[in-house]
Amino acid sequence: MDVDFKKDEELEKLLRDLKDVKQSDYEFHDNIKPVYSTGKGLTRETVEEISAIKKEPDWMRRLRLKALEVFQSKPVPTWGPDLSGIDWENTSYYNRPDERRTNDWNDVPDQIKETFQKLGIPEIEQKYLAGSVAQYDSEGVYHNLRKVWEDKGVVFMDLDSAIQNYPDLVKDYYCKAVPVSDNKFAALNGAVWSGGSFLYVPKGVQIDMPLQTYFRMNGEATGQFEHTIVVADEGSKVHYIEGCTAPRYDKDSLHSAIVEIYVKKNAKARYTSVQNWSKSVYNMPTKRAWVDENAQMEWVGGSLGSKVTMLYPSSYLRGPHASASNLNIALAGAGTFKDTGAKALHFAPYTSSRIVAKSISIEDGKAIYRGLLRVNKGATHAKSKVQCDALLINDTSSSLTFPHDEIYEPSATFSHEASVGKIGTEELTYLRSRGLSEDEASSMIVLGFLDDVMKEIPMEFAVEMNRLVKLEMSRYGAVG
Amino acid sequence: MSKLEISDLSARVEDKQLLNGVSLTVNGGEIHALMGPNGAGKSTLGYVLMGHPNYQVTGGSVKLDGVELVGKYPEERARAGLFLAFQNPVAVQGVKLSTFLRTAYNQVHPNEKMTIQEFYDKMKLHMKKVGLDESFISRSVNDGFSGGERKRFEILQMVILRPKIVILDEIDSGLDVDALKMVAEEIKEYYNQEVGFLIITHYQRILKDIEPQFVHILIDGKIAMEGDNSISLKIEEEGYDWIRGV
Repeated sequence: MDVDFKKDEELEKLLRDLKDVKQSDYEFHDNIKPVYSTGKGLTRETVEEISAIKKEPDWMRRLRLKALEVFQSKPVPTWGPDLSGIDWENTSYYNRPDERRTNDWNDVPDQIKETFQKLGIPEIEQKYLAGSVAQYDSEGVYHNLRKVWEDKGVVFMDLDSAIQNYPDLVKDYYCKAVPVSDNKFAALNGAVWSGGSFLYVPKGVQIDMPLQTYFRMNGEATGQFEHTIVVADEGSKVHYIEGCTAPRYDKDSLHSAIVEIYVKKNAKARYTSVQNWSKSVYNMPTKRAWVDENAQMEWVGGSLGSKVTMLYPSSYLRGPHASASNLNIALAGAGTFKDTGAKALHFAPYTSSRIVAKSISIEDGKAIYRGLLRVNKGATHAKSKVQCDALLINDTSSSLTFPHDEIYEPSATFSHEASVGKIGTEELTYLRSRGLSEDEASSMIVLGFLDDVMKEIPMEFAVEMNRLVKLEMSRYGAVG
Repeated sequence: MSKLEISDLSARVEDKQLLNGVSLTVNGGEIHALMGPNGAGKSTLGYVLMGHPNYQVTGGSVKLDGVELVGKYPEERARAGLFLAFQNPVAVQGVKLSTFLRTAYNQVHPNEKMTIQEFYDKMKLHMKKVGLDESFISRSVNDGFSGGERKRFEILQMVILRPKIVILDEIDSGLDVDALKMVAEEIKEYYNQEVGFLIITHYQRILKDIEPQFVHILIDGKIAMEGDNSISLKIEEEGYDWIRGV
């Protein structure tokens, strides 16, 4: 009981600290001119230019050009949300904010430092993190790793730095789990990627504090194309977190990332992301994990902002007893479209997967669950459980579920559960009759709906998510 | 001393008229029983007083300490000091009992600064008194509670939130004899603090433990008879038919 009470106390304190922060505190934009930009549009020259600025090895340059060809040959997908608003011609694909890259916040240019301070990043790093990377537009501007982990051989820096410092290590993993041919947006990333993190945890090293990368997109009509690689070597343990925000503009921006996670034998990796892009961002990342024998992969995602998000973190269960879990919260606010879900592919015996997807639609917000479950022949005794719950706040809100199952192994067992609910008058009235305002009551019901996922994420991120949900709810006022 | 004044109150749900001019005054320190056959509008009166959005007031007024409540939101009524113990409290999935109660407390008593430790201590003390195990603190509101546990939790909320006027809607249903005793004790202890009670009940059972000074009989959305507790005893023996015949 004492533990329980302490948790409440800490929660209240965190909420108090965060109380005065408003959505506008994320949506501010800095008056920073990039020191270098490739300008608008994407051609072979743009790609050559990015590679040259970065003084990359030739293998990377060739991979970029190959990816560009794939990108140009693939049509824009039309099976999901409307993507016709992406202005390919007028997007600038590479913007470098500053020449420097540092491991000391004091050396980060003042205005950029202020931005990250406003977002609370240095403070969070100090309190909760084993290491952190901060990316501003196209480039990482800061990275730091506590010495204790550095001494144990952990590598944590932006991917560009890693290519310079550990080219062979990077080459072993780069675009192995997510080949650029995977989809149009992965190909785009392959061509123009910049920034992202590289995290390598050596055999047997278990990091108890999370490591975080924070992405900030500042420019209007720009693209952010980071590529992140996390390698949890045999028997290791790691928790990696990503947070992202952007100012709101009239012209849309594009975020198209690749995240590759390699969980080796007996290792355990957790990837948490809280995305709060502004409502002028198309968010189209490709995220995938390779999970080896007896390894565990956990995806935890909060997709709160953006105009359109298409995201289906995938787990390839490659070795016996590999397991994956996927907890996802999607909040579809007014005028936004969340097409999210998860994929679990079982290639080996005794593999297991669990997917819990919760969506909340507000006003005309649209939330879709799209999932794939595949069990190959020979993946004997594979197990999978999928649960999708949707909560509709208004009469105009909508939600759809598209599960797709391909089961080729007769000994596999799997289950699907889906529910759709509305915030009920009875629940609202009950809470209000005790003195809670309509806003408080409805956000309490929403958070209650999310509770089984919230319980599994670190408290400071649960609080952050909690606050964002409340913000979003109060912005629309009345429910029903 | 608080005062709840209900004057000529009429209300309906959709097209159905359920209350037809109810007048009733509850002062602090008084216990009133509202009795009546099924479908007489007893629970409706509770909901209307609390401001349930499904019920439309078509006439009359409800004043708490001189302030008109009709047209006010449920939360405004709660903050003014009105409390309704629901007949069938709903479950709210994932909302922790302690979080809910503390949020409510802070709303109803914004000027009282109670630390979370003090709040927990107080909660635990009263949980013991109403017979709810401490472990309920981290359960979701009414989720998976038995009928009796829900009723105990309603009373817990009442003593924590400290309203001036309390409406208890069929508080004894779902409670066995021992549980009813505990709950009645807690209610009586709370009553001693000059609180006004309106006890809505179909049966006389609870009125043995908590004796009302005033009994009102509601039939077809109207007060058909008023008097002292002797009416409730007669109803116990003869039912409601004799009143209809009056």
